[in-house]
Amino acid sequence: MRAHTANRVFDTVNIIVLAAGVLLCLAPFFHIIAISLSSKEAILSGKVSLFPVAFNLEAYNQVISDASMIRSLGFTVLLTCAFTLSCMLMTIAAGYPLSKRNLKGRKTFMFVIVITMFFSGGVIPEYVLVRNLHLLDSMGALIFPGLINPFYLIILITFFHNIPSSLEESAEIDGSSHFRTLVSIVLPLSMPVIATLSLFYAVGRWNGFTDTLMYITSPELYPLQLKLYQLIQNNLINDLVQQEGTQFVRLMPESLKAASVVFATVPILLVYPWLQRYFVSGVMLGAVKG
Amino acid sequence: MSMTVYLRRYWQLYALLVLPLAYFLVFKYGPMYGIQIAFKDFNFFQGINGSEWIGLEAFKEVFGMRDFYITLRNTLMLNGLDLLVSFPAPLLLAIMLYELKSIWFKKLSQTILYIPHFISWVIIGGIVSQVFGTQSGMVNNFIAGLGFGEIPFLLDKHYWLFTYLIVGVWQSAGWGTIIYLAALTGINKELFEAAEVDGAGRLKRIWHITVPGLKPTIITLLIINLGHMISIGFERPFNIGNTAVREYADVLSTFVYRVGLQSGQYTIATVVGLFQAVVGLVFVLGANYASKKLTDESIL
Repeated sequence: MRAHTANRVFDTVNIIVLAAGVLLCLAPFFHIIAISLSSKEAILSGKVSLFPVAFNLEAYNQVISDASMIRSLGFTVLLTCAFTLSCMLMTIAAGYPLSKRNLKGRKTFMFVIVITMFFSGGVIPEYVLVRNLHLLDSMGALIFPGLINPFYLIILITFFHNIPSSLEESAEIDGSSHFRTLVSIVLPLSMPVIATLSLFYAVGRWNGFTDTLMYITSPELYPLQLKLYQLIQNNLINDLVQQEGTQFVRLMPESLKAASVVFATVPILLVYPWLQRYFVSGVMLGAVKG
Repeated sequence: MSMTVYLRRYWQLYALLVLPLAYFLVFKYGPMYGIQIAFKDFNFFQGINGSEWIGLEAFKEVFGMRDFYITLRNTLMLNGLDLLVSFPAPLLLAIMLYELKSIWFKKLSQTILYIPHFISWVIIGGIVSQVFGTQSGMVNNFIAGLGFGEIPFLLDKHYWLFTYLIVGVWQSAGWGTIIYLAALTGINKELFEAAEVDGAGRLKRIWHITVPGLKPTIITLLIINLGHMISIGFERPFNIGNTAVREYADVLSTFVYRVGLQSGQYTIATVVGLFQAVVGLVFVLGANYASKKLTDESIL
């Protein structure tokens, strides 16, 4: 009986602590949403924590009416789609042959690829390469250097390995070419892993920032993260006002900053709940690799 | 099978490999060729091949720079503190989630706790500046409500360390539970039932069944983390740090960016990057060796 009570106490404490953790996890989001919807005076007097005070949509009005922000969003969507598609094509093109255990030279190719997971030239040589290839300040600089992630490639190869080879063999006996076997048999069976890896590539590109900071200088090619960074840091105000001629950046009240942050977060939050299981399965695929 | 027959049968597979291999050669091995910048007085007019060899001169300069040692120290310090704070967090969280009986509450908690993992560091930087700011930040509002003075979470280097670490926990703890929860599905449920019959309480069961079940995962993750002590991402310190706390927030990756891309000292920055890559490789190989010794499993 006492053990029973102790169990109940444990369960209750566990639920309370976890619920508190979950709320703490959400609190920062509530705070920026509250700030974005509050008046300047209320914010500065420290009245706004989790709920808006003097509710208004002024900040969002400004964000949405800022043409450069909308253009940046559009460009990021285009960039993410182009990147994800190119990455998947390249990763599949590499993964299918390398999943054939009897392919001559397979070990050498794998070696060449795996080395790059442990040693890289570094930031500056990469920058020099991108510059020498005349990719600076172009979409290519944000696509080509990241086309194949070796970790994702290995996940894909592992998945291909687990497809019963009898399926492919029977197709080959029927005279199907490798291309056709790949497209009509292997890929349809691999949809879960393809969905997962596409998501990983897409989220990586959507959230990617370092390369945009290093390679992009023209405001019309600013992806959302770089655009947001400029707004948050507030340090390039003059440049931005000169280059873009908008009144948007002149003074950056907290509510406007918050509204921009919310604006850039919403797309992720909208797709996330529907795609969560693919992300989780991706982690599992990566974990069982060893 | 002769070579011609082999090729006639398999040429399509090699055709598929052409572009991917070209990618690796150009974009992965190309930068490795560029490492020679570290040994040259590099400038863009003369290019990599045309620039003059200077031997180890740039290395001497780097190893004499005060900033180099500060950023090296900060890199190790931030990673070490992260290991103390951010490493146990997902473990605790996973055990708590595992003990939950209500499936809907578990699912809901997981969904919410994973979210920060998908938020970019730029956005997190924006959120952090608002949440921890002194003028209108939620945390300082709360502290003021308790009757205390404001705390400079972002501008004082010691408080900033706290901010940096807590943000790391917030961002990674939920996502980090996935791997532990997966390991926990492998535990035989009968063990728990047997322990219950024997009258073991919940904490005892956690300590004697759950934790030992997670031990291999914990050790492997710990070794991987130790292997990455010298490598640090650019985006987290860059977006959460600011000039006021540079003495702690400046790490090797931000140093490379500042010296190389902002000041144009490409040779110096390449040396720092090369140092980091080589030491990092040694760490990873050492970690792999340790893992083989301790767990009989290679982490590579």
